[in-house]
Amino acid sequence: MTAQSIQGNSERSALETIRQGLSLTPEFRKGLAGTLALAVVATTGKIIVPIAVQQTIDTGLKGGAPDIPYITGAVLVCAVAVLLTAVAAYIMNVRLYKATESSLATLRVRGFRHVHDLSVLTQNTERRGALVSRVTNDIDQISNFMQWGGLMIIVAFGQLLVATVLMFVYSWQLTLLVWACFVPLMIALPRFQRLLSRAYTVVRERTGDMLAAVSESVVGAAVIRAYASERRTAERIDNAVNANRSAQVRAQTIVGFVFPLTEIVAAVAIAGIVLLGVRLGLSGDITQGQLVAFLFLVTLFVSPLQTATEVLNEAQNAVAGWRRILGVLDTPPDVADPGDKGVELPRGPISVAFEDVHFSYPGGAPVLREVTLEIPPRSRIAVVGETGSGKTTFAKLLTRLMDPASGRVTVDGSDLRDVRFSSLRERIVMVPQDGFLFDGTLEENIRYGKPSATTEEIELAMTELGLADWLEGLPAGLDTPVGQRGESLSAGERQLVALARAYLADPDLLLLDEATSAVDPATEVRLARALEGVTRGRTAISIAHRLSTAENADEVLVFDAGRLVQRGPHAELVKEPGVYADLHASWVSAAHS
Amino acid sequence: MATKVTSAVMRQGLRVLGVAIRTEKALFALAVLASAVYGGMTVGSAWALGWATQHVVLPTFAQGNVASGALWTGTLLILGAALLKSFGVAGRRILAGVIQYRMQARSRRDVTKQYLRLPLSWHHQHPTGQLLSNASADAEAAWAPLAPLPMAVGVIVMLFTAAIAMVFTDLMLALVGFLIFPAIAVLNLIYQRKLSPLATRAQQLRAEVSEIAHESFDGALVVKTLGREELETDRFRRRAHELRDANIAVGRVRGLFDPMLEALPTIGVLAVLAVGALRLSGGSIDSGDLVQVAYLFTLLAFPIRALGWVLAELPRSVVGWQRVQAVLDATGSMEYGQAVTTSSAPAALEVRDVSYAYGEAEVLHDVSFDVPAGRTVALVGPTGSGKSTLVQLLVRLVDPDAGRVLLDGVDLRELAYGGIAESVALVPQQTFLFDDSVRGNIALGLETGDEDVWAALRLAQADGFVARLADGLDTRVGERGASLSGGQRQRIALARAVVRRPRLLILDDATSSVDPQVEAKILYGLRDAAEASTVVVVAYRMATIALADEVVYLDHGRVVDRGTHEELLKRCAGYRNLVTAYEREEAERAAMDVTVEGEEVSA
Repeated sequence: MTAQSIQGNSERSALETIRQGLSLTPEFRKGLAGTLALAVVATTGKIIVPIAVQQTIDTGLKGGAPDIPYITGAVLVCAVAVLLTAVAAYIMNVRLYKATESSLATLRVRGFRHVHDLSVLTQNTERRGALVSRVTNDIDQISNFMQWGGLMIIVAFGQLLVATVLMFVYSWQLTLLVWACFVPLMIALPRFQRLLSRAYTVVRERTGDMLAAVSESVVGAAVIRAYASERRTAERIDNAVNANRSAQVRAQTIVGFVFPLTEIVAAVAIAGIVLLGVRLGLSGDITQGQLVAFLFLVTLFVSPLQTATEVLNEAQNAVAGWRRILGVLDTPPDVADPGDKGVELPRGPISVAFEDVHFSYPGGAPVLREVTLEIPPRSRIAVVGETGSGKTTFAKLLTRLMDPASGRVTVDGSDLRDVRFSSLRERIVMVPQDGFLFDGTLEENIRYGKPSATTEEIELAMTELGLADWLEGLPAGLDTPVGQRGESLSAGERQLVALARAYLADPDLLLLDEATSAVDPATEVRLARALEGVTRGRTAISIAHRLSTAENADEVLVFDAGRLVQRGPHAELVKEPGVYADLHASWVSAAHS
Repeated sequence: MATKVTSAVMRQGLRVLGVAIRTEKALFALAVLASAVYGGMTVGSAWALGWATQHVVLPTFAQGNVASGALWTGTLLILGAALLKSFGVAGRRILAGVIQYRMQARSRRDVTKQYLRLPLSWHHQHPTGQLLSNASADAEAAWAPLAPLPMAVGVIVMLFTAAIAMVFTDLMLALVGFLIFPAIAVLNLIYQRKLSPLATRAQQLRAEVSEIAHESFDGALVVKTLGREELETDRFRRRAHELRDANIAVGRVRGLFDPMLEALPTIGVLAVLAVGALRLSGGSIDSGDLVQVAYLFTLLAFPIRALGWVLAELPRSVVGWQRVQAVLDATGSMEYGQAVTTSSAPAALEVRDVSYAYGEAEVLHDVSFDVPAGRTVALVGPTGSGKSTLVQLLVRLVDPDAGRVLLDGVDLRELAYGGIAESVALVPQQTFLFDDSVRGNIALGLETGDEDVWAALRLAQADGFVARLADGLDTRVGERGASLSGGQRQRIALARAVVRRPRLLILDDATSSVDPQVEAKILYGLRDAAEASTVVVVAYRMATIALADEVVYLDHGRVVDRGTHEELLKRCAGYRNLVTAYEREEAERAAMDVTVEGEEVSA
């Protein structure tokens, strides 16, 4: 089995990333040309003022007495132009928001679905929080960039372009002068951006540390009090909070220097225009209106450069976000659904076979070796062994949460890899040890096993499982809210709900992975009995942590160090010397000492 | 939730800002000074340009020669104004950041100090997620308006200076300004009022989308084992589409107002040119004045929007501040007495007539029992019988509503702070590890040598895996011990308790994630080493109960019976029912098998 981790740091270039990212968002590309054309129209609004000033001074004020009708006419024409560009800007904005939001919503949902389609093993190579970021923060960063930064780049280019063209029309000498002033700044800006980007990275790390430290004061409240370590915890939190603050101030200081720098460069350019401009004026190369218009045109250089570091930073974040979401989408689901080509299993009791199955986790030693076995339909199987013996791996292979490295697992004669997921998940259900519940009521959580179930069906299922009494003892019965991750219930109660949920799904093979380990003994025994009744006619496999499960099974599978070392009914196994006899002895001594 | 910029929100918001200003007086004064320089010099740079136009550019074209004195004066004026303005900008931005981040850090420190100070009963009443967001997002939101605030103050200075400059230049041109700038301000206010609720809604939906993803990925195993990927995707898609629509609604408002706010100053400049031409022809102003006013309009157009930014942040700020304040205003704390314990002998524990309720629901009624020094007592009872609550009372995580808990005859409430922790060590059901090294997690500030730590790890059957960790005792365990398995975490928590050589050790189902064989070793080790301590243990497993000298059987929050294991087995039906469930089951089965076989024989 090769390591299948989520690709995130692929060596894709920025341009390649953007190209692939855009190819995933057809909604964005549709009508993009029109939106860009509108953006160009909107940008031309910026040079209306300098042109109006120049016209007023040169034409309107020629010969001492202003030409009022001409100036009024020019002003009116310009005002109409301003309104038109504003309308263009409005339409452009609405189109841009619609296109970006629609395309990113699609990408978000696709990413979400793909995460669920990845195998458990692949999912576990990433922290859950990181996976969540792929469909939240990463997408938000792309959207910020498309709606602000990316637009700013277009606007800034347009603005610099139209300003330069107009400047060139007025005076090429002054145009060169202005560019000569701004080029060094443009060269320096990426440096600032790198500095800023590093500073922001530190801020993000420190913020993470800070949040982790703060959470200790809440999540660890009981331990902190029991061990009187309030002061120690407070110090740790203060340090993390202060480190975060320092990092934020450092980043802010870098931003704080870019703005004034641009102001100074602009002032130098303006002073240069005046100094050189008057000499050009003397030689008749420029009119006074054009010279004054230049002073206004320089202001068009200021805002693009002031925002450039932020824009570059956003661009970098967006590319990184894109790279990460592409990384998820590019990771093939290695335990893939054969889909429509797959086999549909008919309903009815299930038989299982393992044929020379091997498994090892990526980069690890083999955890399952040469496992060959058959489980006949309707049989009741107990799986036993010490921690690390391969019991849980066996369960995960049987439910196809993972695929064997070699050998095959078959159900009713079909290789699991060929069985359609919809059919597989309907017929084989595992109840994991950790009873994860969704934030909602008890009823909603149980119904998760069978979305079409009525309240009566759910009540009936609870009765069949012998849980009606427990349910009645709850303040709001089935309407009891379970809290986030089911935290309002005890660990044992969570397991009861998880079991009811799986039972409601009505599978033909039910696999319990120490599914009642946190339930009190009396309840556990009641439950075991009820399960015995309701799984009659189905295949039932229990990973056992106590003796009676093994004793009551038709057959016990004993795992040791990744191998199936013994199998047979309890009565036989307990008589032969071996792993099972040892396990049995330790159980008995634990129960009767 | 306040989402609109109403006058009430404005008043509250300004009061919040007042708090910040009073707290950071000196820095705020400096920031305002820098902003004032920035505001003044923005107007100053327009004036310098006007001056240069009037005294350098126009005379040059009119007279055909350059007045070099005026030329250099103009240049210096332009550069000087820009330099001062730059200082103002840098000072304003950096100081605004410093003030904002200092206030946020202060709120976070104060809020977490409260979390550490307030009694556990207060924690029980507040969901974890809420407390975490009080310390992070709310503390951030409360002080968010501080970033644009100095700028806004600078803008006010700027507007005043500009108004004066314009009035002195020409009353008619000033009038254009007095029409345009208030119009921009009003438009901006309408903008923020329209945007604010939409932005809040989008923010809310963003949080919900994130919550769904979090929950769904956390439960990935359940989703997979039941094949509910499509159901989850539908759930996510619905919310993601709501977020999309909310963002587009925000975009519509932005798309409408942003171009208007850009166009208004441009219209202003055009109006200045038209009016200016008239005034020029009347001889009331010169061309330099015209250029100066037009330039001023260009420069003011953007900063004036800073006023709107402050207003836009206010509703969020008020909500954030109120939430932070609610934590800071929370009363109730553990009061400690003066009594100190000096004994190093095993402690005796007495519980007398103790009752405790979570809100209305009473979970313990008149519970009484005692644990003589050096003895081991098992607390046994079905799920929900009140065992864990009782344990919290024994180490004074909460105080009883009635009755008393006595340690060596002293009421826990009379002991000085830290006194209980010195004598008593609790290993709770829910293991909690700090994001620290293995050593740090075990010592928790206790001065102890590595030999003691290893000895404790050996007792907890944790020495083996800790020795195999990459950095041994220095290995960091990750956030909440994420890099360890449940059983490993429990054993570290156990070592944390025994390293203190407590006079009373309390185990609340503390080995549930540990293999039975390993658990047995731990328990025997404890019994051999526990000569020096009294032990209270909450358990289901027979092996654990068997170690106890005495059993206290709890059901529905009452002590039903107490005595040795054998005594209770004989006389207490509930107890017998619970602890012998497995054995009885075995026996019944054996009996059933016999009947079945018998039937077969007879058939």
